Amino acid sequence: MNKIAVFLGVALIAIIGAFFLFQDEKEVMTAGKSDKLKVGFVYLTNPGDHGWTYAHEVGRQQLQKHFGNKIETTFVENVPEGPDAARVIRDLVAQDNKVIFTTSFGYMEPTLKVAKEYPDVMFDHITGYKRAPNMATGNIRFYEGRYVQGVVAGLTTKSNTIGYLGAFPIPEVIQGINSFARGLRSVNKEASIKVVWVNSWYDPVKESDAAKVLIAEGADVLAQHTDSPAMLQTAEKAGVKGFGQSSDMHEFAPKAQLFSSVNNWGPYYISQVQKVLDGKWSTGDGPDHWAGNTWKGIGDDFLVLTEFKNMPASVAEKAETVRAGIAAGTLNIFEGPMKDNQGNMVLDAGKVLDDGGLWGMNYYVEGVEGSIPN
Amino acid sequence: MFDELLLTVLLTSVPLILAATGELVVERSGVLNLGVEGMMLMGAVAAFGAASLSGNPYIGIVGGGLAGMAVAGVFALFVLGLATNQVATGLALTIFGTGLSGLIGAPLVGQAIDGLPSMTLPLLSDIPLIGVFFQLDIMAYLSILIVALTSIFLMRSRAGLILRSVGINHDSAHALGYNVLQVRFFAILFGGFMAGLGGAYLPLVLTPHWAEGMTAGRGWIALALVVFASWQPWRVSIGAVLFGGVTIMQLAGQARGWTIPAQFLSMMPYLATIVVLVTISGRGRNVFGAPMHLGKRFFMTR
Repeated sequence: MNKIAVFLGVALIAIIGAFFLFQDEKEVMTAGKSDKLKVGFVYLTNPGDHGWTYAHEVGRQQLQKHFGNKIETTFVENVPEGPDAARVIRDLVAQDNKVIFTTSFGYMEPTLKVAKEYPDVMFDHITGYKRAPNMATGNIRFYEGRYVQGVVAGLTTKSNTIGYLGAFPIPEVIQGINSFARGLRSVNKEASIKVVWVNSWYDPVKESDAAKVLIAEGADVLAQHTDSPAMLQTAEKAGVKGFGQSSDMHEFAPKAQLFSSVNNWGPYYISQVQKVLDGKWSTGDGPDHWAGNTWKGIGDDFLVLTEFKNMPASVAEKAETVRAGIAAGTLNIFEGPMKDNQGNMVLDAGKVLDDGGLWGMNYYVEGVEGSIPN
Repeated sequence: MFDELLLTVLLTSVPLILAATGELVVERSGVLNLGVEGMMLMGAVAAFGAASLSGNPYIGIVGGGLAGMAVAGVFALFVLGLATNQVATGLALTIFGTGLSGLIGAPLVGQAIDGLPSMTLPLLSDIPLIGVFFQLDIMAYLSILIVALTSIFLMRSRAGLILRSVGINHDSAHALGYNVLQVRFFAILFGGFMAGLGGAYLPLVLTPHWAEGMTAGRGWIALALVVFASWQPWRVSIGAVLFGGVTIMQLAGQARGWTIPAQFLSMMPYLATIVVLVTISGRGRNVFGAPMHLGKRFFMTR
């Protein structure tokens, strides 16, 4: 009796398994014959993170919508940064994807490795700096949004203390803090930033703890370079203001969110795929520094600011003027004279920091308290 | 301002107190359940889901506890019913809980709820400094009560004595006629319920939203705390507050520009745990009162 049951069970599983295998086989075969361009994406977390990966998923959907039947997009989520990423990327190549976007800094080496193995596939790495003839890089000027945040914070704060949560002291985050401080000090010479490092991109409870500590230390406007909405929720509860990260977070903090800088990857994906379809894809010959060969911001709608809320109309107006200035290129965020927070001149009057200088920042500018941990 | 910091310390230690107290009872009965992280996540997602659907955070508390208990039941089925390896099963439970909570929680991402309100006791809460102990929420008050009750149960009641004896030597307890599996089954369920409550505290009080993996390792800290507390309930609460205190202190230290490396302070609780572990295994006698049959499989003899 038992043996028969086991046999039937095994047989059933085998049949179901075979069915799925067969299904898979069929799909791959039809896909291989179709003339659609296949585009693959590699995601760090799942699109439900409401932050970094969510923004990429929105971009992928825009891409699919833009080209409709001409292309077919797929994604693989929760791919750890490291050697295993190479396996996932090879898998995507095996499924006939001709363009592959890898959407986190840690995929740089694996992408480069696979790119060398498959010269006829186009690879596009987000936020990295290494390239190959068939591997381009793309990035957003996130710091531009932080300058506008600084301006709004400077006009909003009563205590002149701004709390700032950082994930890790890497160039991109330092850049953001300095840009924020430039904006802050452009409208309010008295205000300064207290930075607290959470040592994680994503730890809601710790982010919330850090926000509470900063509020206890007198901060009445909070900014973050970490991924969860925990800081804004804490701000909402405590009755202070703050800025969202990567995506619009006003649902979590309807009274606290001043605005959020939203990463808008859609235009980049669309332009890159258009180039492939036109046969004009190339890594270009832009300057070979950290920032990569496509690095755009507010002016090209790569970074979009949500509606200015929970602030007086005069502040919103000023914020819009600043935003427009950055978009038009008439406002240079890092233009001399610029001093670090020790009082040393780091950029002489009349000079503007170039992209290389932006990635080489190892100092805090005026308006930031403390020193960068080493 | 110091009040606010102290309040933050207390709040951040509540989930640790709840989960660690539960695990303490489990370990006292001789079972090592490494699935605390998974049970906490299940508790967190269930609590958020229940609170979001019903609109009542109090229902979330119950939902979180029950969800933790349900996955603990699966664990019990394996380690007691099938006498599987406890370490492997516990690790599997953590992986399972992490995955399942993510799956269940997918539609809940992006929602926000009204968390549990704090219940401020009049007069008492106006006392400087000590007053913050009377500005907590219902779960925080409950956690203090549970620690006290657990301590009395374990050390002062007959049932607690039986539970401890099962953990010290299950063969002797069995020979005396106690039902080892039954005692352990209830201990595991209690541990699951408490881990679920600890997880529930995150989305109900600390950060009123659901996010995958939001416990971020707090289940493992709870496990370390049990050893740190050398299996004494009241020491668990002290350990949890100490741990919370160190966490908050390193954040506050940064805001004030202290020069102690934050990583050093973050390391301290783990260092203490390692010291306890080394001392336990280094000496011949059992100075810390570790349950002698902790993690050992029990096979019924006639």
